[in-house]
Amino acid sequence: MSTPDGTASGPLGPDRRAERAAARRARTLRHQGVALVSTLVVLGGLTLLVLTSPGWEVFKGSFFDAEVFSDSFPDILRAFWLDVRVFLIVELVVLVVGLVVALLRTIDAPALFPLRIVAIVYTDVFRGIPTILLVYMVGFGVPAIALGEAADGSRPLDWLPTEPVVLGGFALALSYSAYVAEVYRAGINSIHRGQRDAALAVGLTEGQALRHVIVPQAVRRIGPPLLNDFIALQKDVALIAIIGVTGEAFRQAQIETAATFNYTPLVAAAMLYLCITIPLARLLDHWELGGRAR
Amino acid sequence: MLAATALIAAGCGDDDEEPAEDTAGETVSLEDCTPDQLETLRDGQLTVGTDSPAFPPYFEDDDPTNGEGFESAVAYAIADTLGFAEDEVEWVVVPFNSSYAPGPKDFDFDINQVSITPKRAEQVDFSTPYYTAQQAVVALKDSDAAEATSLADLAEARIGVQIGTTSLDAVEASIQPSEEPQVFDTSNDVVSALKQEQVDAVVVDVPTAFFLTAVQVPQGTTVGQFEAPGGDEWGALLEKDSPLTDCVSAAVDELDASGELAAIEQEWIADKANAPVLE
Repeated sequence: MSTPDGTASGPLGPDRRAERAAARRARTLRHQGVALVSTLVVLGGLTLLVLTSPGWEVFKGSFFDAEVFSDSFPDILRAFWLDVRVFLIVELVVLVVGLVVALLRTIDAPALFPLRIVAIVYTDVFRGIPTILLVYMVGFGVPAIALGEAADGSRPLDWLPTEPVVLGGFALALSYSAYVAEVYRAGINSIHRGQRDAALAVGLTEGQALRHVIVPQAVRRIGPPLLNDFIALQKDVALIAIIGVTGEAFRQAQIETAATFNYTPLVAAAMLYLCITIPLARLLDHWELGGRAR
Repeated sequence: MLAATALIAAGCGDDDEEPAEDTAGETVSLEDCTPDQLETLRDGQLTVGTDSPAFPPYFEDDDPTNGEGFESAVAYAIADTLGFAEDEVEWVVVPFNSSYAPGPKDFDFDINQVSITPKRAEQVDFSTPYYTAQQAVVALKDSDAAEATSLADLAEARIGVQIGTTSLDAVEASIQPSEEPQVFDTSNDVVSALKQEQVDAVVVDVPTAFFLTAVQVPQGTTVGQFEAPGGDEWGALLEKDSPLTDCVSAAVDELDASGELAAIEQEWIADKANAPVLE
């Protein structure tokens, strides 16, 4: 749009340019003004609607009780530390298992066909079962298996873990590895076939091509969707409460809620989850923007 | 503040009303509590809530409508005292965790082994108590916990309880186990955890314990009973400031005074004195 020789007068001379700049500034200002007014009207209106609604006082008493909040928050915060640890450990497991499953589905060596079938069935099944059901089945099913007696009355499987937090973490890893495997696979498939062909042409084996050429590029591409699954996993850690995991944040909040018939502890727990998920979400935005700029 | 909550805890909605139980002269008279006068959910019909599954000895055959089981019988007795015929009582399923949700209720009162506490009474109304529960410890017969003769013997045990029950407080206050108790959503999950040896012992109300050992976990035994700190009184749960609270309380008082409540208790939960007391 700019003239190569900016000094020349004419249809797009200095006067017109100044005029345009002024018009742009005015438009920006106008847009900012409209955005501000519209935000004030919408948010103010919503706030007013909520605050003047007949149920507000009851709602406030049930969900935002300062006394219940300060009574329950320290316990919930302490319990939340367990959530964070479970999240980090499960996430590490998921990153590794997901990649292995994705690779098994990608490699087309005939000898590995059975493994490929296993990988396909695994992702289909565990991605298809609601995570809460999986937590329940693992949490109550594995201890039952561990109790199984052989003919001589011994318990050959009693080495199986029966700690609820281990079983809960295992169930989460089963579920999320299936999701993350598909993310990896999408990333691997998005790398152009030519990359593999080129790698093979310079003498790399199929495995080396994956290891040195395809997977490194794929992993860089799937950062944002992976982070998205991290956020989901961080929230789903709360599910392990149903199998009796002690000292988990959501369960702690439920206990305090049941004791007081007041929902404020649940709000306190929700705030803690947000403390992790919102920074992750902003990181995700940042990441995506950076990716676009490149 | 304490006095006010104590008043509320006694099963009364407003501070300016007298609790129904200890001022017989001034309370709502049952004559003011006929089906015509009561502002029930549906005219001429009493809607009673309880959780599903409804289990013995509080209900029989998972069917609150048959009048069998302690709480079913109490509910029908309250209805009868208020003048509702049996077919004018409608049952709805109310999960424990939604029974105290703020806002309009879809029941007139809920009867589900709900313990009365001052804190809870800030959110809902309670009738006067119809039962006082003891806590019982249940363990598998061949386990170490089954050998316990005192609460201190259970300090090393892994203990399971159901969420929202007084049992959790009782465990923490009286047993003080070295490992935090495991808290499950439903009584069925508590039972599974015991059967599968994820916990060494469970703590439940005494009537529940006898049902557990008799039916659900035959390999289990009631180790003993103890009193929850501050006692554990159960009341019918009503919407906060419900116009029915005083009438339901008056009905419970009447059943108590006439001995009918004791008879119902005798019929459905008679074994309660059999377990040794743990201290």
